[in-house]
Amino acid sequence: MSGGLWLRLLDGLLVTLQLTGYGAVLGLLFAFAAGLARLSRHRVVRGIAFAYTEGFRGLPALVVLFWLVFALPGLGFQLNPLFAGVLALSLNIGAYGAEVVRGAVLSVPAGQIEAATALNFTRWQRMRRVVLPQAVVAMVPPFGNLLIELLKATALVSLVYLQDLTFQGQIVRAATGNTAMTFFGLLVGYGVIALILTILMRLVERRAAASLGRAVRPGLLSGRTS
Amino acid sequence: MTRADQITFDGVSKKFGENVVLDDLSFGVAAGERVTLIGPSGSGKTTILRMLMTLTEPDSGTITVDGDNLFQEMRNGTLVPAREQHLRSVRRKITMVFQQYNLFPNMRVLRNVTEAPVHVLGLSQDEAEARARELLEMVGLADKIDAHPAHLSGGQQQRVAIARALAIRPEVLLLDEVTSALDPELAAEVLDVLRDVAKSTSVTMLCVTHAMKFARDISDRVLMFNEGRIIESAPPAELFDAPQHERTQRFLRSLREES
Repeated sequence: MSGGLWLRLLDGLLVTLQLTGYGAVLGLLFAFAAGLARLSRHRVVRGIAFAYTEGFRGLPALVVLFWLVFALPGLGFQLNPLFAGVLALSLNIGAYGAEVVRGAVLSVPAGQIEAATALNFTRWQRMRRVVLPQAVVAMVPPFGNLLIELLKATALVSLVYLQDLTFQGQIVRAATGNTAMTFFGLLVGYGVIALILTILMRLVERRAAASLGRAVRPGLLSGRTS
Repeated sequence: MTRADQITFDGVSKKFGENVVLDDLSFGVAAGERVTLIGPSGSGKTTILRMLMTLTEPDSGTITVDGDNLFQEMRNGTLVPAREQHLRSVRRKITMVFQQYNLFPNMRVLRNVTEAPVHVLGLSQDEAEARARELLEMVGLADKIDAHPAHLSGGQQQRVAIARALAIRPEVLLLDEVTSALDPELAAEVLDVLRDVAKSTSVTMLCVTHAMKFARDISDRVLMFNEGRIIESAPPAELFDAPQHERTQRFLRSLREES
């Protein structure tokens, strides 16, 4: 394989990492906004968040992507292709993340909120100082899962001609004719990134648990928090 | 009930489903008074504390603290259900210590005690810390300032919770079965701290407890509850040594057999 083809793969890897990184940040934003909105006291706010989460959980990310890339320009909105990819992926992952946020907030014991009330915290202070710091700890493991899901979903963008790892893999396959080797290479590529993400999330999980005075035994294969 | 009462319950009723928890209850507590609430479980004692802490609303009747109606406020000349702002203003004087401690696990011991003084009362970090250190010293935990609550025993956690409650300088302290989750030795540590508090402050105390010796030591008055009503009210010496009501006699006998 020529150096040019290797460079192509490297470029593709970079695009995949960008999609995953930006998608995660924007998805986290959607997740928190929608997850907290679903717990709002205001019906309208809850309704909008409900429509978003249920809507985007039900839509294939690919259909959303096709919409943003092929249908929106017809309505006069031309999005930057990378941004369109990030937006489609994060809208989808954010809808799942919203459920994680909502569930984690609800999992904080009522006694914590009562104690915060007894100290006369405002509603916002109860959320910000007591509930969220504990809820976030519970969010980390499921967010780790979603991050891997996001990474895998980025491969969809190759179908709208964004030149990610999968797209470049196809080019390499066409150029070399070596289908098995190319797809094996992609497999290893995604696998290695996923492993690195898993290790990173594991570190975050340990730090989060430590913030509540719990210890997680080190190592990837370790069990539950003690 | 007298005009001088700091806390008044007037015709307060509460049902949970079909279960009548408080039945047209009226009583008052004077400022600085120490009142112990006893009675079988389910007789409404904890509900009274939770109502004063604005955690549970009555179905009917009024509750006042220093003349302020807890759950209703005047707006445009009419009484309307209280909004959060009103609740926060009446909550300012009251705080509560819970059976399950409810320390904030995301904060170390010192911050558990300084958080409300800094963010609710607006004290400076230094002032709040100085006060927290004093209080933690008083409850015998000066050496645990940097510990996570998860690393403390139940008795230690409850003593931190008491320090945390006192840090906001309450006028009314509600104690909801604060030793029920503790084994006797740890419970004794907590009760000793509370005896200190009773002796060294003038805070009004409402206390739900099964610790009769403690109730006798600190209370001015003991209220015996049964089925959502007060059936007997007397100074501890009288109520414990010469209970008038048959239900009270039976209840006290069962407690003695238990211990």
